[in-house]
Amino acid sequence: MKTLVWVEHDSGAIKDATLATVTAAAKLGEVHLIVAGAGVGDVAEAATKIAGVGKVHVADGAVYDHVLPEAVAPMIVELMGHHDAFLAPATANGKNIAPRVAALLDVMQVSEILSVEGEKTFTRPIYAGNAIATVRSTDAKLVVTVRATGFEKAAREGGSGTIEAVSGAGEANGSSFVGAEISKSERPELTSAKIIVSGGRALQNSENFHTIIEPLADKLGAGVGASRAAVDAGYVPNDYQVGQTGKIVAPEVYIAVGISGAIQHLAGMKDSKTIIAINKDEDAPIFQVADIGLVGDLYKIVPELTSKL
Amino acid sequence: MKVLVPVKRVIDYNVKPRVKMDGTGVDLANVKMSMNPFDEIAVEEAIRLREKGVATEVIVVSIGPAKAQETCRTALAMGADRAILVTTDDAVEPLAVAKILKAIADEEQPGLVILGKQAIDDDSNQTGQMLAALMGRPQGTFASKVEVEGDSVTVTREVDGGLETVKLAMPAIVTTDLRLNEPRYASLPNIMKAKSKPLANKTPADYGVDTAPRLETVTVVEPPKRVAGIKVADVDELVAKLKSMGVAA
Repeated sequence: MKTLVWVEHDSGAIKDATLATVTAAAKLGEVHLIVAGAGVGDVAEAATKIAGVGKVHVADGAVYDHVLPEAVAPMIVELMGHHDAFLAPATANGKNIAPRVAALLDVMQVSEILSVEGEKTFTRPIYAGNAIATVRSTDAKLVVTVRATGFEKAAREGGSGTIEAVSGAGEANGSSFVGAEISKSERPELTSAKIIVSGGRALQNSENFHTIIEPLADKLGAGVGASRAAVDAGYVPNDYQVGQTGKIVAPEVYIAVGISGAIQHLAGMKDSKTIIAINKDEDAPIFQVADIGLVGDLYKIVPELTSKL
Repeated sequence: MKVLVPVKRVIDYNVKPRVKMDGTGVDLANVKMSMNPFDEIAVEEAIRLREKGVATEVIVVSIGPAKAQETCRTALAMGADRAILVTTDDAVEPLAVAKILKAIADEEQPGLVILGKQAIDDDSNQTGQMLAALMGRPQGTFASKVEVEGDSVTVTREVDGGLETVKLAMPAIVTTDLRLNEPRYASLPNIMKAKSKPLANKTPADYGVDTAPRLETVTVVEPPKRVAGIKVADVDELVAKLKSMGVAA
């Protein structure tokens, strides 16, 4: 099988989610990549070095800047003329683009796979991860999004792919980019952080996130996450949200501070290796999944913990 | 301008799903069902557009079992003008749903179709993007702000790193994220009034769409369970644990 993998990149760097997707694709067959964007020569060059990749298709042009799906999807459909499967990481871009490709190919997409069980058989979470379905596609071609936490990352070095430019100019098809407000942070990104400190509604305001959660995170070199309740209340921006509809994370250590543990939140973090919960309510559901729990007042515990580390 | 809003009947947000013993799916017998929360946000957004004078009519569509009529009535009670119920007992996949919606959009010619970004049962997150592809129109997914101006709609989207804004020529497809709005509750008088609002009964065959599933479900199982671990008595004990794990020096 010939697979085509969407390369997710940001400011010239290939994201880890891409590497996990390459691993998933390698289980199906040959791995080819598609790099799209404006001025992505360096990204394409880096992509050729990913272990195990063959051709790296490059769609470089102003129309592909910000990878708007209206422009990108028809280009991928064209490439799918000589590929059997399209795999994208289940990132915001992957989720935006892949279903558009699937519909144009008349294929029913398999979303957020956790494992590859056969040539057309995959497992995927449903009902916020409260059930795992094994599904088999009956379509001629495959369109799949990949949950990065389910797969090891392919090595960034060792490959010797060849670059091939995508022909055709592409079209914007009614959509244009206006602007972006991207959070700038020195802290590790949630989806690739080894340690995450997350805060919930109990933090009460954004000031407490700064004075309680962030010092602990910085001491541990951790990323900062939040429950939906904390995001909805405006304590932190939306990109902090961990959960069914936010980010799916699986760090080595997840420290949940003042998070009760709604099923929608657990859906986003229960594959973490070690879960530590700090909550004043000893009956909070978070303790049912936590490896280490500490019952008490977070306003006392967290500063004390930060000072003792 | 008409606004079309598809709504799905799903397990209630607060119910913990239970996997059936025979591994065929999730047990929905005698389980509380509600409108998919993202779809409620979509209905709310459409009604607000009508209240602002931007939209003239809000049409809701539900595709599902006969009981999805309740979901339509809920949307009508919130303030939608009329409903189309496409009845089928099959579990209809996003691709087939998108095809039915495409046929309805061809008939109704809406300026906007606003959908929930994902349903909380199958968590597919596909239908809006697929509909946009089939209609050949632009899409603004995971919206946290929607502003219509003339022939275009500006959509602020929740993306991995923060927010992104795109401008789309209408007709356009928008999918809702959690922070777009807070849906209203239907008042009792509006619930009563909704009972007499028009609801058209259809079937997938009326739109010439084959709903046979493309994905075969082999099994559905419970995920591996995490077992509750230990509780530590104080911060010192927690620090010791972190040190033994190599997390802290």
